[in-house]
Amino acid sequence: MIGETRVMLEHAGDPEQRTLAGYRKHGGYQALAKALREMKPEEVTEEVLKSGLRGRGGAGFPTGRKWKFVPKTTKRKYIAVNADESEPGTCKDRQIMENDPHQLIEGTLLAAYAIGAETCYIYVRGEYPHSIAALENALDEARGAGLVGRDIMGSGFSCDIWVHPGAGAYICGEETALLTSLEGNRGYPRLRPPFPAVEGLWKSPTVVNNVETLSCVTHILRRGAAWFSSLGCEGSTGTRLFCISGHVKNPGVYELECGKFTLRELLMDLAGGTPSGRPIKGVLPGGSSMPVLTEAELDVRFDLDSIAKAGSSLGSGAIMVFDDSVSAVDVALNISQFYSHESCGQCTPCREGSDWVRLMLDAVRRGEAKTKDVALLLDVLDRIEGNTICALAEAFCWPVRSFVRKFGAEFEAHVAGRASA
Amino acid sequence: MQKLATVNLTIDGKRVGAKPGSTIWEAAKEAGIDVPVLCHDPRFEPVGVCRMCAVEVEGARVMAAACVRKVEEGMVVRTASEKVERCRRMLTELLMSEQPEISPKDATTGGDKLWALAERYGVEVRLPRGNSRPDDLSSPAIAVHHQACILCDRCIRACDEVQVNEVIGRTGKGYAARISFDLDNPMGKSTCVTCGECVAACPTGALVNKPVAGDLKAATKAVDSVCPYCGVGCAVTYHVDEAKNRVLWVDGRESPGNQERLCVKGRYGFDYALHPHRLTKPLIRIKYPRGPLSSEVETSHGHRRKPGGVVDYAEVMPAFREATWDEALDLVAKRLSEIRDRDGPGALAGFGSAKCTNEEAYLFQKLVRTAFGTNNVDHCTRLCHASSVAALLEMIGSGAVTTTYGDIVNADVALLTGTNATSNHPVAATFFKQAARSGTRLIVVDPRASGISRHAWRFCQIRSGTDVAFYNGMMHVIVEEGLVDEEYVKKHTTGFEAVKAKVKEYTPERAAAICGVPADVIREVAIAYGKAKAAVTYWGMGMSQHVHGTDNCRCIISLALMTGNIGKEGAGLHPLRGQNNVQGASDAGLIPMVFPDYQRVDNAEARAKFEGAWGRKLDPKPGLTVVEIVKGALEGRIKGMYMLGENPFLSDPNTNKVRKALSNLEFLVVQDIFLTETAEFADVVLPATSALEKDGTVTNTDRRVQVMRPALKPPGEARLDWQIICDIATRMGYPMRYRSAADVFDEMVPLTEAYRGLTHGNLGPTGKLYPCPEPEKSDGTVVMFGDGFPTADGRAKFVPADHTGADELPDKEYPFILVTGRVLEHWHTGVMTRRSMTLDAREPEAFVEVHPDDCARLGVDTGRMVTVSSRRGTISLKVRKGTHTQPGSVFIPFHFREAAANVLTTDKLDPFGKIPEFKFCAVKVVPA
Repeated sequence: MIGETRVMLEHAGDPEQRTLAGYRKHGGYQALAKALREMKPEEVTEEVLKSGLRGRGGAGFPTGRKWKFVPKTTKRKYIAVNADESEPGTCKDRQIMENDPHQLIEGTLLAAYAIGAETCYIYVRGEYPHSIAALENALDEARGAGLVGRDIMGSGFSCDIWVHPGAGAYICGEETALLTSLEGNRGYPRLRPPFPAVEGLWKSPTVVNNVETLSCVTHILRRGAAWFSSLGCEGSTGTRLFCISGHVKNPGVYELECGKFTLRELLMDLAGGTPSGRPIKGVLPGGSSMPVLTEAELDVRFDLDSIAKAGSSLGSGAIMVFDDSVSAVDVALNISQFYSHESCGQCTPCREGSDWVRLMLDAVRRGEAKTKDVALLLDVLDRIEGNTICALAEAFCWPVRSFVRKFGAEFEAHVAGRASA
Repeated sequence: MQKLATVNLTIDGKRVGAKPGSTIWEAAKEAGIDVPVLCHDPRFEPVGVCRMCAVEVEGARVMAAACVRKVEEGMVVRTASEKVERCRRMLTELLMSEQPEISPKDATTGGDKLWALAERYGVEVRLPRGNSRPDDLSSPAIAVHHQACILCDRCIRACDEVQVNEVIGRTGKGYAARISFDLDNPMGKSTCVTCGECVAACPTGALVNKPVAGDLKAATKAVDSVCPYCGVGCAVTYHVDEAKNRVLWVDGRESPGNQERLCVKGRYGFDYALHPHRLTKPLIRIKYPRGPLSSEVETSHGHRRKPGGVVDYAEVMPAFREATWDEALDLVAKRLSEIRDRDGPGALAGFGSAKCTNEEAYLFQKLVRTAFGTNNVDHCTRLCHASSVAALLEMIGSGAVTTTYGDIVNADVALLTGTNATSNHPVAATFFKQAARSGTRLIVVDPRASGISRHAWRFCQIRSGTDVAFYNGMMHVIVEEGLVDEEYVKKHTTGFEAVKAKVKEYTPERAAAICGVPADVIREVAIAYGKAKAAVTYWGMGMSQHVHGTDNCRCIISLALMTGNIGKEGAGLHPLRGQNNVQGASDAGLIPMVFPDYQRVDNAEARAKFEGAWGRKLDPKPGLTVVEIVKGALEGRIKGMYMLGENPFLSDPNTNKVRKALSNLEFLVVQDIFLTETAEFADVVLPATSALEKDGTVTNTDRRVQVMRPALKPPGEARLDWQIICDIATRMGYPMRYRSAADVFDEMVPLTEAYRGLTHGNLGPTGKLYPCPEPEKSDGTVVMFGDGFPTADGRAKFVPADHTGADELPDKEYPFILVTGRVLEHWHTGVMTRRSMTLDAREPEAFVEVHPDDCARLGVDTGRMVTVSSRRGTISLKVRKGTHTQPGSVFIPFHFREAAANVLTTDKLDPFGKIPEFKFCAVKVVPA
């Protein structure tokens, strides 16, 4: 039987955990105290590197390596916490921010100490007023206790943390757009290189880490890299938060160790299968921007690398399930509607292409497209992908292409009005 | 990492060596490989958004945008593979599917880059065309077709990075994204200044010129010339329909000066030349007694017949009859000769113009000095930088700028004082604003918070007329802080002790009490200036047009000298010249005390040289200046005058006095392109040619001598100005014969040391900065006086100055300070610009700018008519509420005849420069 391994959400049910006193009761800020007193900044980075922690925002980049890109010589550096949780189906970071915000603050301070940043911004999705309030309260308490601000715990290390609410644009969850937005400009992704770790906020080195990633850092420093890497499996160490939604009996946020079960086991045992009892038709295993996996592909082992090998990704940890009552064309159209609405409009292929794809899928759905249009659609997707500043174009190209390829018959049936009513 | 001299890569199978740090696009271009782009323009920071330039880089997962991707050693690039071409075709199709049926560029300037790509790829649009995006036609000059916009960001970068106006942005996201103006206002209601840089940058038909009417399919001829407006002297290209004799549109041209940039006047102000009011036949007056003819001019207040506008021809023309050239010229020669022979040469005078070419200025002063036999020749330089030139000649031995406006890029501090550069030198201002963006600290000193103050590091809003106190305060701090460049002072100057002693009296506290800028700020800016590695000073008429104008300039020259800020990159003195050829007209000797090249008429050696060259005995006595000549006319000592392109009725101080003076003349001949307010007083009016119809050279504020070329044929019987001058001189007994303007230039150059070696032929497409000893090889000299000054002892001379204050201070009866000046859209007396559709539409009427506090006190608001009176006259005009002026001051631009600011101004002069105090007089404001 599959069970949760709760680390980040261990005390999530306890309202006291939101307070400094409650957090301290379970070892809160001991990791920070230890790091500030006993460890050099490089040692903190080393510990994170050893733990095998990979970013939890979607790309899965090794966190310690990212920190190591930060030039040592530059004076001004920043941490930007990506709390703009806006990938459809994703709702894990808010569990941390609303139920146990201090672990994020502690992790942020540890990261700041490791790279030498004195200012951190938590960029929170504007639609998360509760998260913003919880973080502000926690920060007030931490500041009052000398845990945030000047000369933290008498260590000589100073670091302030600011909460910055977003204004509703999906694209601001993209790390460079987040930085542009923080600077007060329109949230436009930036060209890379330079990468933010080298040239980020106000042209200074900036580490952008996800809420869950930094929360893991707290636990790594508290209990050690060896303990952390003993959880999960190689390539997917520690625990991860997953948000299961759609046609399952038990939707919700689960904290799991990867590599211990298959995707089918996860969906059938833990999530309870479909409420209708109808077969699962498809799963988007990592948010709406990832290629769909069909029922036949569900026996893949549930970890980063295995899912990647199966042609999809665990992305932001949002697992969306739909049963066979759902039309593949509808899902593809829904996804393209979202991304064409959220395209920042900067790059031609994405701005023009996302809308064109939306219109074409709509034509397919209404039975107004022709057979050659489906081929044209795939051709357009191929031209768009990999030809933009950020990955938003991929975010609709990948799933839409996977739907056309994997459910081709349905698309065929729709064209030229041959769809069943 | 080892720094490589070149990066070796392979592009399309070709081995290419590229500069480190260059992009693939640049490397390809060097190698002669054209990678198509839509969003990229080398003048802007690349953004890599159109993706048209995406190329394959071997080993990379995805394609790279060539405009942003830097070259790397050993890189293998394919710019035209099947994959790349398919991608471009698809992008072009996606973009074309949203384009309007025809490109709006088809009817304006042509050159739609997207449509050219569509043609190249033979794109057949397989997608339904959209047409949901609107047009914005609210600007008088620019049409915005959102449907044709591909969001390439070029206009945004042109507005932000090049012109630094920061008006254009974006709104909406995804497919609904659009360019927007300010907070998504219509363009015509935004802070857009209509410079048209966005239009020039736009690769599609999204931003196009509105005024262009005509058939582009007619073969257009490109004529390279120079903008006729301000001293920045922008290189332009006129696109001309020769058959219809029309200019279709204007482009800024690549030049070391303006670098393709233009302002609203340069880009949209050319249509005055085609205005139906152009004079086409000589006119002889039939209605006497001589006096003003139109009601706007007749009375100084009330009786406004219609809002705005120009001289009413219907009202004025009946006073004249048309004549043949021979008749008119004979009459002019006869009457002027009579006066000369009867009352002596001193009874004649001539006003030349800084709007004319060097050749015309040279011939005009030659005519006055030979055919008239007097040195009574002057021009509008008297009204702008005479005091600057007086101070510069006195202290450093040269009146020209010591460095260019573009040199600000090399300065770490720039002092901008008394200059409303964003309005009066808009293209130079773009370089100032750009410098501010990239870290040059701008210290802006001005009683008015004009446009450039927004870009200031520190804006010092001094009280009007307190410049000397402010700068003495600054110099006090520099001495006190030990920031004097002792070595420079010792090596290159004399008289420092006198200035040092003088500024000792001006503690920052004392200066602050006088000028109103806090002592701390005076300290701060003085220290910044004093510590700068290179500090440059640009100034305008806010410094010069005072009774203490020369003292003002002495101060900033002393400031530069004591800190060693002359003669090196990014440092120097630059009085921003007003007219397109005020530098050249002065160089050519259109000044009463000097021959060409500032050789004094009372210097026997110089006189002998010119007597030899011109074959006439010359008057050793310096002539009268502009205001002195007017006074002479009023007193009956000056009886005959020849005005070439000047309109003193509106441009000179104390209009009512000018009116009497002009009426009092025995004979007045006016040579101009329109019937001006001054021409209303004329006995003979000669139809001349506009800047768009003539060739000749003009010298800009940087000392850049450039060739103007004719784009249009003159209307009717209008003739070239230099030929008219020659005909009058010849008829007055001093034969002048030249084959061409170039011929005149060739006579002038040997007499004008600064221009040595220059010919029309070797000035090239973008001119030369004089001195330019090797015009075939070099662009000329940017920085002057690195090793001493053109003075007798080779040293600059410090001259101390004391704060004296303005001539006419406000009192109970006249409680406001009047500051006059200009607006972006208009040129001087409005003769040209008020006949330009775009410029007139943007700024159609006179106004007085009043501070909100004063508005409240007076009970007036924007749009309310008021009368403004001084001891000399009264005008009526509308209020414009604004915070540019300080409480207690009002500002009136002097372009508007129906409310001529110079009715109010005082003709009190600076004793050295003989410049009137346009920037200060006392007035009262009364709600009408």
